[in-house]
Amino acid sequence: MSAFDKVKAARSSKRPTAKSYIEAIFSDFTEMHGDRRFADDKAVVAGIALLEDMPVTVIGLEKGSNTNERVMRNFGAAHPEGYRKALRQMKLAEKFNRPIVCIIDTSGAYCGIGAEERGQGQAIAENLYTMMTLKVPIISILIGEGGSGGALALAVADEVWMLENAVYSVISPEGCASILWKDSSKTKEASECLKLTAEHLLEFGVIEAIIPESKGFQAMCSNIKSELINTFNKNKSESIDTLVSKRYKKFRKIGERT
Amino acid sequence: MIRKGIFKKPKNELEGNRRLKQNPAVNIPDEMCVACPNCKKTLFTSELAEHYNVCNCCEYHFRMNARQRIDKIADKDTFMENDADMISHNIIDFPNYDKKLNSSRLESAENDAVVCGFCTIGGYSTALFVMEPYFMMGSMGTVVGEKLTRLFEEATRRNLPVVGFTVSGGARMQEGILSLMQMAKVSGAVKNHSDRGNLYLTVLTDPTTGGVTASFAMLGDIIIAEPQALIGFAGPRVIEQTIRQKLPMGFQRAEFLLEKGFLDEIVHRKVQKAYIAKLLRLHSKGGEVS
Ligand SMILES: [Zn+2]
Repeated sequence: MSAFDKVKAARSSKRPTAKSYIEAIFSDFTEMHGDRRFADDKAVVAGIALLEDMPVTVIGLEKGSNTNERVMRNFGAAHPEGYRKALRQMKLAEKFNRPIVCIIDTSGAYCGIGAEERGQGQAIAENLYTMMTLKVPIISILIGEGGSGGALALAVADEVWMLENAVYSVISPEGCASILWKDSSKTKEASECLKLTAEHLLEFGVIEAIIPESKGFQAMCSNIKSELINTFNKNKSESIDTLVSKRYKKFRKIGERT
Repeated sequence: MIRKGIFKKPKNELEGNRRLKQNPAVNIPDEMCVACPNCKKTLFTSELAEHYNVCNCCEYHFRMNARQRIDKIADKDTFMENDADMISHNIIDFPNYDKKLNSSRLESAENDAVVCGFCTIGGYSTALFVMEPYFMMGSMGTVVGEKLTRLFEEATRRNLPVVGFTVSGGARMQEGILSLMQMAKVSGAVKNHSDRGNLYLTVLTDPTTGGVTASFAMLGDIIIAEPQALIGFAGPRVIEQTIRQKLPMGFQRAEFLLEKGFLDEIVHRKVQKAYIAKLLRLHSKGGEVS
């Protein structure tokens, strides 16, 4: 598949959204709402669940699976209150010593008047800042679109996994094309230039693993489930300070000069 | 890594201000006069430079390059630059990036979009970074991320504050995902610096947007801005295209952000140095004036 085919696959309305993964991987998911500051952003689904018998905090960027739900969830484009809702749940995870799983699928953080008024940039920045030293294991899984800062705000993790056909990029192919060629329709060329596929990101050291999609949704989810259990169990054998320092070093080495 | 001996006092004025004495960048106009974009008054270029690049009629803050800012903020001859020779490469083979880098080097007379180092401000030792608007509009790629990370790490080791001037269009598209990762990397370095009890003060200048706003620009313990500076996550044009309506007057300007609670103060360029020095004094630990 070409990079552009992957962009199309990642955006396909038939692709399962975050809630399907939560349902398939975890049990007893109990949703928690609101950022305690402004509102409850429905583009972010957050709560507590069991991973086999381990309580975990689960946060998803949810696009919605039908037209009504997509509108209600703002097509997975979160406002600042969505990122603050996620952060509130992550801090609770730290308090109760629960690992965190983030499921990411967004074209990007929402661009609008309210989002700017309420500090979209500040909200994302605070997530990056806080997640870097959060004293619980964090795993982020990119299931579809990983749109720039809006995706990164939930991806400062010990491990970032990516579905075979997911994409993760600094800018949308449309945005890139309109800057490069003043023509936003040249998305095919832009998709290639941006090196946004899972293979590229693995090569760059931006992600730790690629999850194959070919065996079907249920098989893939049980694969993810067992990988999550393995990784969190492995995490228990090292101190949390080691984990946090490894997390920083992982990002530290991207673009490092010697 | 920072070379040994780089923090020694300069032997003479020329050494301390090495880069300032180089040929002026293309961005400094040769013309004797320039028209204020705001009030249209004709200003003498020489006078403008003396007036902190601020229009003496309407207080419009002209764009300043990094060296001009350092000259106005750091105590004379104290700025010792780090990593001045670090240059960007076309790491993801992006079309025309090499060309863009070359022309940006010419236009700005800088090697990349941020200048980092240590200096004193009003006698107080501090790390200082200043972004360069004439280098790809201050965009953040791996060199900007690496230089800033090293600066925060060095400031953490030396227990020094960091003062930073931002001006940026955001993450640098031409380095793809690696640019995006710099947001996390620098934010992590800021966090480690902060966890050791050190002060970080940001001065947001026109324009500060995108991935820079969504990372280290908004992470200051103290965040100030220049009058009228455009500050936001999404650029105004992108927002207008998304919501299909015109934005209200003053939207995303510094005054708007102050009102919404995202800035501590708006500080005119003429008093910035005194303001920053005062805050460094208010955060000094046991009077460590150098
Ligand atoms: Zn004027």
